[in-house]
Order: sequence, then structure tokens, then C-alpha cells
Amino acid sequence: MESSAVTLEKNKKLPRSSSLWRQIARRFLQNKMSLIGLAFLIFIILFSFIGPFFSPYVNLGVDPTNINQSPSAQHWLGTDKLGRDVLTRLMLAGRISLLVGLGAMVMSVVIGGVLGIISGFYRGIVDQIIMRIADVLMTLPGLPLLFIMAAILSEWKVPTEYRIYIVMLMLSIVGWPGLARLVRSQILSLSERQFMQATEALGLRDTRKLFKHLLPNIIPLLIVSGTLSVGGAILSESTLSFFGLGVVPPDASWGNMITSANSLLDFQKRPWLWVPPGLAIFLTVISINLLGDGLRDAIDPNMRRR
Amino acid sequence: MKGYVVKRLFYMIPTLFGASILIFFLYSLVPGNFIDADQNLTAERKAELYELHGYNEPVVIRYFIWLKNLLKGDLGYSLQFQLPVGEVIGNYIWSSFIVALASLILTWFIAILVGIVSAIRQYSIWDTFITIIVFAAMATPSFFLGLVIIKIFAVDLGWLPAGGMISTGSNFTGWEYVKDVAEHMILPVLVLTMLGIGGLTRYFRTNMLEVIKQDFMRTARAKGLKERVVIFKHGLRNALLPAITLFSFELPALFGGAIITEQIFNWPGIGAIYMQAFSVRDYPLLMGFTMFIAVLTVLSNLLADILYGIADPRVRVKK
Amino acid sequence: MGNTVLDVKNLLTQYYTNGGVIKAVDDVSFSIPKGQTVCLVGESGCGKSAVAMSIMGLIDGGSGGIKNGEILFEGKDLLKLKKHELRQLRGNDISMIFQEPMTSLNPVLTIGGQIMEPLMEHELISKKEAKKRALELIELVGIGRAEEIFNSYPHQLSGGMLQRIMIAIALACSPNLLIADEPTTALDVTIQAQILDLLRSLKEQRDMSMLLITHDLGVVAEVADYVIVMYAGKVIEEGPVVELFKNPKHPYTKGLLKAKPVINQRQEELYTIAGQVPNLATLTPSCYFSERCEQCMAICKEQMPKINDLDNGQRVACWLYEEVTTV
Repeated sequence: MESSAVTLEKNKKLPRSSSLWRQIARRFLQNKMSLIGLAFLIFIILFSFIGPFFSPYVNLGVDPTNINQSPSAQHWLGTDKLGRDVLTRLMLAGRISLLVGLGAMVMSVVIGGVLGIISGFYRGIVDQIIMRIADVLMTLPGLPLLFIMAAILSEWKVPTEYRIYIVMLMLSIVGWPGLARLVRSQILSLSERQFMQATEALGLRDTRKLFKHLLPNIIPLLIVSGTLSVGGAILSESTLSFFGLGVVPPDASWGNMITSANSLLDFQKRPWLWVPPGLAIFLTVISINLLGDGLRDAIDPNMRRR
Repeated sequence: MKGYVVKRLFYMIPTLFGASILIFFLYSLVPGNFIDADQNLTAERKAELYELHGYNEPVVIRYFIWLKNLLKGDLGYSLQFQLPVGEVIGNYIWSSFIVALASLILTWFIAILVGIVSAIRQYSIWDTFITIIVFAAMATPSFFLGLVIIKIFAVDLGWLPAGGMISTGSNFTGWEYVKDVAEHMILPVLVLTMLGIGGLTRYFRTNMLEVIKQDFMRTARAKGLKERVVIFKHGLRNALLPAITLFSFELPALFGGAIITEQIFNWPGIGAIYMQAFSVRDYPLLMGFTMFIAVLTVLSNLLADILYGIADPRVRVKK
Repeated sequence: MGNTVLDVKNLLTQYYTNGGVIKAVDDVSFSIPKGQTVCLVGESGCGKSAVAMSIMGLIDGGSGGIKNGEILFEGKDLLKLKKHELRQLRGNDISMIFQEPMTSLNPVLTIGGQIMEPLMEHELISKKEAKKRALELIELVGIGRAEEIFNSYPHQLSGGMLQRIMIAIALACSPNLLIADEPTTALDVTIQAQILDLLRSLKEQRDMSMLLITHDLGVVAEVADYVIVMYAGKVIEEGPVVELFKNPKHPYTKGLLKAKPVINQRQEELYTIAGQVPNLATLTPSCYFSERCEQCMAICKEQMPKINDLDNGQRVACWLYEEVTTV
């Protein structure tokens, strides 16, 4: 009660225009944990995308004279069984893992967002069909579903460089139903609100209702769930790649780098081959989650994970 | 209530039907099959087996045969084990179950405890520490966690066995056997618990924080009740209520096996069997297992709603 | 002094907010004589509820605390009591009812169970005895079908009924002091009158003292013996109800009385006090009401007026009534 008077006062001081986004930015900047997450994420992105330019081993690739070296001044994280520099591979793998995570997120958000909006906005039979499909997809266990899809898609004999797009596609097929449901329920609850009923009363066209009134209210939700889903996609990609069903060599991803742990000798004696990529996944996902969490708190302090 | 359950059961039909279509056609799209995978078979024998298992029929016909059998409760016949799929699942499900159950109990116990404590000490270092642990648990790839745990506890320290369910070459009986299995269980249970603890702890923490802000908590304190009573009787009960739903969602995980963890620890559970069947393309087993999980998932959703209705007086009366 | 149930002296209660530390209750003193009803009046956010929470010892350590003063209840300083001693007083000798009956009861416990709780906590009686007492209490607060109500859940009852249940819970252990924080605000007008009547008659029957917190002067006129007007954490005027209503001194009190709609008296437009309660985090030494005061003088902006006795039993903190007006 006392504090309400205080916040009221504060809000008054803010300029009217863009005050919403400015408030969000202010709340976000106050959250130490999410800033740490953001900083670390930027570091990982720079590490993966800019890092290789500083590595003398990028174009060298295989070096038979230098295999399975333990970490040294020349090779900070040692070399693998083909004599490749692990640190450089870690950077290159980071590019792919991050791209797959991001791509899968964009695809899930687009598919899930569009279908969710259609479902919630037009209701009726379209809604029924979309939601039943989502139900079915969510009924099937995620990992087996990914495995089957991977097995089918492997048979298409796509060139390895396009393989990462296949992985993105698979992850988004598994990822969209949850998002579509979330968006749909948000649209439904928005439609109950006064301002949407006002658009009804004003007789606005559907496109205007959608783009001017509904979409702006959905975007925060999409930003937050999108951010958090990048982490999930990176985890799934690494699992698939670890089992040889995701990104496959010679392309490196953090997940398939850990595959070297499948050889008993590497697992026991050469931890530099598989521990760094595992830590990279861990730190990246934790940063993304911290960031997403901070964004959620900043955008809507009352929004909670279901 | 009864009418509601019947209605919900009715709703399950299209979902399960859709799932069966998706499962069947996905698996029939996967190239290769068990018979082709076997190098030792002669061409004639292969043709015979094709005929025997109906692979010569069009795919749609095969689907309906499969569906008909499903409706009769027949999940199919595993080519790899030469046993009915139901029997294979029955053989391996319990070893998955004991690991899943142990970790479920551990996870819930720790999560509830931690949730309560962090809600009470909202501003302390402890709470920050817990938040970090929660985030860490949610960011670890399961297979990597398994590998690290094996490396530390089994390889480097040598405290516990690295995998399997019983020591190789042993033939313990009675208590010795139980002890041996328990030792093999510790690491997989640890991994599953660490994986599950993040989300659940976070959930309880949020719920408890929400509940302790409620007006009725103030009323309880104003009555002069002991803080213990206020937190546990008034607070926890309200925080646990929505968790009942969550608890039902654990059902598929209890019986479905943990594919990755079982694979990493070489635990002879249903998840490891799935991976094995996948590599030899034992479709009847794969399809039967996937369908089994789908049914469990749908049932657990229903169970969640029913349990919630029983537990929450607000919902109970409405129905 | 033997006649005084509660004596609050120089109470200072702070809350920690994002905007800084605020003095929600700033040097407030008052007392409640036995069997009397004292009303705390003011706009929302003026610190009325903070006074109640301070007395009950229910301020969460993370969000605020009592920094100074004494709260003497039947001679004992509540602020010096140990936690468990204070807890034994709560719901037993001092009870409280709240503004929102709909959310103040636990949704997953039965009404009966919630009435029995304080009885079993404080009176060491058997469950059977507690149930009997609970049923009597339900009858006492004017609800029939006690047995049925006993077994029902909060969501099954209306707001008015729930507030009656809250009163039953509060009265369970026959307290000497009942604190009612906006007990009728959340209720329909017709129900408001019923609840007030109930509170008044129960108070008479049981010779209880009551601290009633409200922003509604209609309520005050109905039940109060003595009125305390608060503004921005300070007491600015107080006096016996009749005096204060007949002859308000402070411009704020005058404003409040003017803003009150009077039945059968058609006004073109209801009077309102311009502006809003100031931000408690950024107060400077001044009369806190000066910003909104129609009779504001130079000194009001520079120095805080002290509360002074007037000859008719009223007390007021306003420069208009200071005899010496030198700075």
C-alpha cells in the first residue's frame, strides 16, 4: 500500500513515449544475474565467430604428426586423434551449435507463433485441427520422435553442409506445439480483455485487430519463450549429435565433439577432448536461460513460467 | 465428475488415433528393416520372412493390421527378441521403474525442502546459491552429466561401478544381490535426480513465494499460530496443490525409462532397449514402445486433471 | 492507566521500498480506553494499516520494521516481548480482521477448521470441544445452518458471510482488543451496514476495545468514540467523534468531511481534495499536507507543525492554530 504511492510517483516522471521499453530496459539492467548471462553469451558468440580468425590452426585441419597431444602452450586444449587443434574446433563447433539453436528457435517461433495466432484468433475448425496436431505431437515422447526423424532425414542423403538445416527443422517440429499452445492461450485471454472487445465494437478489420492490437501484446511472450527455447534447442542438438543423429563429422558441433568419450581410452585418459565442449554447452545454455529469465522479469514482472 | 471423466476419455480417442498414425507412418518411412539388416539370411529366407511379417502388403493395409492388433492389446512381435513386444516391455520395465522411482522420490523430497527454505529466506545468500544450482541443473546436457559422473565416481575415484545392473560374472542371491543392484543404481539415480531437480525446485520456490504473499498467510499469523504451522499447514498445502498435476506428468517417465541415462550407464531398462532396437531397426518393438508411452502420456494428463479435482475444493465442487 | 487497553507511544515504523526507506508510521501516539472504539482515518497509503501491523507484530522483517516507540498492551510493551510471547497474544488477547475476506481465508481448508485453529492453539481444549465452540461462534456472528457452514470451503460463501467468519475467528478466544482494518471496504453497501452493526453489538456485549481502521467517514460516524486522522504517516488531528465532526480544525479533516456525500443533500459536484498523498520517500521538513492545502502559509513549507491540545479535547497539528508563528 505504501509502496504503491511510491511507484505511482516514479511512473509519472517517465516521459510518455517509449516509456514502456525504457522501463523494460531499466528493469533488465537492474538484474545482475541476467547481465552476467548476457555478457557471457556475447563472449561465447565472439569466441565462436571471431575467435577462429586468431587461430593459426583454422586452415591446417588434419595434422598426422601431432595427434592426441595433451594441452600445451601451442595447443591450449590439446589436439584430437586427427591432430586437429581442439580449441579451434571448439570455436568452429560453437558457430554450428549456436546457429542450430538460433535457427531452430526462429523456425519454432514462426511456426508456433503463426499457428497459435491463427488458432486463437479464428477458433472453430482451424483451431481444432491445429490443436489436435499439436496434441498428437506432444503426446509422443520427444527423444524417440527426434531419433525417428533423424533416421528418416538421414536417408535423404543431404550433403553434410546442409545437414544443420535438417537438424534445425527437426528441432522446430518438436518445438512448435508448446509455443503454439502458449500463444493461443494468450490470444484467447487477450480477446476477453476490454480493449479487444472495444475493437470488436468499433468494427475494426481482422488485419488491423491482429497487427495493431494483438501482435504487440504477443511479442513480449514470443521474445521470452524464444530466448529460452534457444537453450533447449542447443541441448537437443547436442544430444542428437552425440548419438550421431544430428550434426555429423567432418562438421563439428559441441555435441559430436563429446562423441570422442565413446572411446574408452579417450574417455579415461584424454578428458580435454570431451570436457571442454560439454562445459561450453553448459555455460551457453545457462547464459541463455539467465538472459531469458531476466527478459521475462523485465518485460512483465507478473509473468510466470507455466 | 463421472461424466467429466467419461468425456475426457472420449477426447483421448482422436489424440491416440492421431498418434498411432504418426507413429506408424514415421517408422515405415525409416529406411531399412530388421530382416534386411541381418547379413546371414539367404534371399529365399528373406522373402519368406517378408511374407511372414506382412512386409509385402501395402503400407496402409499394414497400418490397419497393426491398429487392429493394438486394439486387441497386442503391441506386436519383436523381431530381435522373438517375443511379443508387450512381454519385452514387461521384462525391462521394472529395472527402469526402480531407478525412476528412486530418483523421483529423491527429486521431490529435495525440491520441496529447498523450495520451502528459499521461500522463507527469500533475500539470503542461500537463496542466490540455490538459484544458481537450479540454473546449472537446467543447463546440463544429460549425456555429458552422465559421462562426468562416471569419470569422477567410477573411473577416477573408483567408488562405484560405471555401468550395468549387476557386477559381471557375479551370481549373488538374496541381500547380496539387492546390495549389488543398489550400488549400480546410485550413479544413474544421481544423474536423473540432478537433471530433474532444477525445474522442480524452481517450481516449488515460485509457488511458495506466491503463497506466502497471500492474505490467508497473514490471517494464519494473526491467529497466533506457530510459524511451523503457518508454513506447512497453510503455505505448503496450497503450494503443493498445483504440483499434483506435475506429479501425474511423471507417470510416463516412471515407466518409459530414461533413454539417455540408461544408455550411458548401460542400465538394462526399457530406454536402453529402445536404443538397441533402434540400431537393429526392430520396428514392432519401437512402434509398440512409442505407442505405449503415448498412451501413458494421455492417461497421465487425465489423471492430473482428476487428481487436481479431488485435491482442490474449489474445483471439486464445480464439477 | 488501568482503564487503558492499548497505549501506543512515539511509534516509528519504516518500510523498505525500491524508492528508499519510508516512514510509514512517523512518531504516532494514541491510546485506546477499555470498551471504546477508536477510529484511524485517512486516505490509502497514509500509514493506517502499518499501525495495525505494527501492533500485531506482523511486519515482515524483509520489508520493514519498527524502529522506535512503545506499544503497551495492558501495561506490557509488545515490542519487548519474545517472539513466542507475542504469538501467544495474537488471536488470543488481540485479534485482527482484514479488508479482503475473500482472500483472507485459506481456500483449501474448511471454514470450521479455520475457526477451530485459534481455539486449539490458545485454549488447549479438545477437538470436540473446539468444534462445539466453533459452531456457537458461527451462530454468534449471525449465520444460521452452522453445521453446514462448518464443513464448507471459503469459495462457497459470499464476501459478507466470509467477513462474519473472520469476525468469528477473531472473537474465538474472547480478545480484549479487536483490530479491524477496513472491515467493510470490500463489501456491498447493504452488507457493510450489517457487518458494522455486528461489530458494534459484539463489542458492547463483550466489553471489548476496538481499533477500527477506515477511510470511510460514514463508518466512523457510526461506530467511533474517538477519531484519529492520519496523513502521510503522521497524526494530524484527533478528538472525540462528536467534536471532530462538528468542528474539524485541520484543513485536511475539513476536506475529508466536505468530500463525504451527505444523503438528502444534493450537491452539484462532490468536493475533492486536489492532488494526492506525497511520496513518502522524499519528504522534507514541512507540513506534509502543505502541497494540497488551500490555506497554506509560508511556514507550512518550512517546518513541521507539532500536535497541540485544544481546549475542547481535540488535538491538531497545524500552523493555523499555533499561537506563536515565528520562524
